[in-house]
Amino acid sequence: MRDVYFDHAATTGVDPRVLQKMLPYLGDEYGNPSEVHRRGQRARAAVDEARAQVASALGADEREIVFTGGGSESDTLALVGFAQTQEPAHLIVSAVEHPAVMETARYLQKQVGWEVSVVPVDAGGHVDVDAYAAAFRPDTKIVSVMLANNVVGTLQPVAEMAGIAREHGALFHTDAVQAVGAVPVDVRELGVDLLAFSGHKLYGPKGVGGLFVRRGVKLRPVIHGGGQERGLRSGTENVPGIVGLGEATRLAVEALPVEAPRQSALRDRLIDGVLSSIDEVGLLGDRNGRLPGNACFTIRYIEGESMVLKLDAFGIAVSSGSACASTSLEPSHVIIAMGYDPVAAHGSLRLTLGRENTGEDVEYFLEVFPKVVEQLRAMSPLYAKG
Amino acid sequence: MYSDLVMDHFANPRNVGEVEDPDGVGEIGNPVCGDVMRLTIKVGDGRISDVKFKTFGCGAAVATSSMVTEMVKGKTLQEALDVSNKTVAEALGGLPPAKMHCSNLAADALHIAIDDYLDRSGVAVRDKLAERAAADAQADSLECCQQGAEAGVSCTLATSERGGDPKALS
Repeated sequence: MRDVYFDHAATTGVDPRVLQKMLPYLGDEYGNPSEVHRRGQRARAAVDEARAQVASALGADEREIVFTGGGSESDTLALVGFAQTQEPAHLIVSAVEHPAVMETARYLQKQVGWEVSVVPVDAGGHVDVDAYAAAFRPDTKIVSVMLANNVVGTLQPVAEMAGIAREHGALFHTDAVQAVGAVPVDVRELGVDLLAFSGHKLYGPKGVGGLFVRRGVKLRPVIHGGGQERGLRSGTENVPGIVGLGEATRLAVEALPVEAPRQSALRDRLIDGVLSSIDEVGLLGDRNGRLPGNACFTIRYIEGESMVLKLDAFGIAVSSGSACASTSLEPSHVIIAMGYDPVAAHGSLRLTLGRENTGEDVEYFLEVFPKVVEQLRAMSPLYAKG
Repeated sequence: MYSDLVMDHFANPRNVGEVEDPDGVGEIGNPVCGDVMRLTIKVGDGRISDVKFKTFGCGAAVATSSMVTEMVKGKTLQEALDVSNKTVAEALGGLPPAKMHCSNLAADALHIAIDDYLDRSGVAVRDKLAERAAADAQADSLECCQQGAEAGVSCTLATSERGGDPKALS
């Protein structure tokens, strides 16, 4: 049976070159970077090299990169870390943020006393920039809008929105976990103050990520202790993870000029194929202006988890925004925010392509998927032809 | 997350479809909640002579529907009424906790179908158990749907019309 992995937005496999670079630090090079002896200093040098790799990939200064335990921690450090520097005020987020941002905003609202405005998106998932600009108040201190959406892949006009935030004297944080390595990301061109990224979305290891903190931006740590990472993230550095993140980021950015157009072409074939071979199906998100590897659909009269299970039986790994496929038992808030009803969210299917995918994978999916839809529709009491 | 038996019933569902000229029809769930089950039965000599299902829903929803049809085919109405969502889940070797409530409604659909049969056949003394089961089933379905209601969607029991808003499709 073929093994087709179309779930790269969930996670990616570690690139063998990344793994090779990590291995010594899981073995003999176990030094603690805080120690002055040679073993410790070799580990320090490895962490410094990774920091330089990440900084270079993002157009940042090395001193602006803080390593963390992953994307969610980076988002938390950005928002809670900033909130801890001042009195509760006003925060703006988009309606399609990842839970790492959405739930952190909710925490600040409920537990700390911040006021939160949630800016709507259009049917394609784009933040309504006029509504965004109108949401600012004199006490708006920070904004968080993601660079690329994890469900439908929509790219947001972050540079424009960061400019508007600057005019209002507010900081701009962006969750770039899905974007780094998939589209060009330059912190200066974007004009952002804070930017979160993660290792395992770009062929690096899990459990490691980072936050770009523009020089001059003051945060207070969320994790306290020995003062590592310029005092912003205590705890002995995850040296193998950081080494892997650095190398993975470098490789991903290096591969981008080839991978982005290649994956876009595969994605377009996938979208055309699904829309032409199945009736009563809709593309979620804009045709253009989405991540190169993201194709997301809603298929009427059938439910997402059953599609995922059926496709899995054919060796194809995908995911769904159906409530039934989620741990929270709620349909994807992203699809709902785009104006779709919960039925559309239950029938959603997300395919996210990556480096190892080929045209053959896409053709195999297009051969299998209509059969799966037909089988499930035949079983569906909502489908009249069944 | 699912047992082998659940996956078997999902991958090879038993008794899919609708019985011809049914003596009873039971439908439960709501497309807004993500699960709709429709069970049709034929009754002869006080026994369920045939039963088929159609289900919109997750793996657990399909598997419980399939399992309940196997459990009650050929059984007396009383035996069928003794089958509960709990015994269906047990027969499948258990379900993930999150699936126990929302997707485990197949026995309720069966009870509604039996109730419908009793209604149609004009049985003078309606089986109290069936009445109660139907009432319980409705309450369950509405409770399950609270999330949909919170999302701003009005919540009613499913009817035979096609659910959903057509403008949701491009």
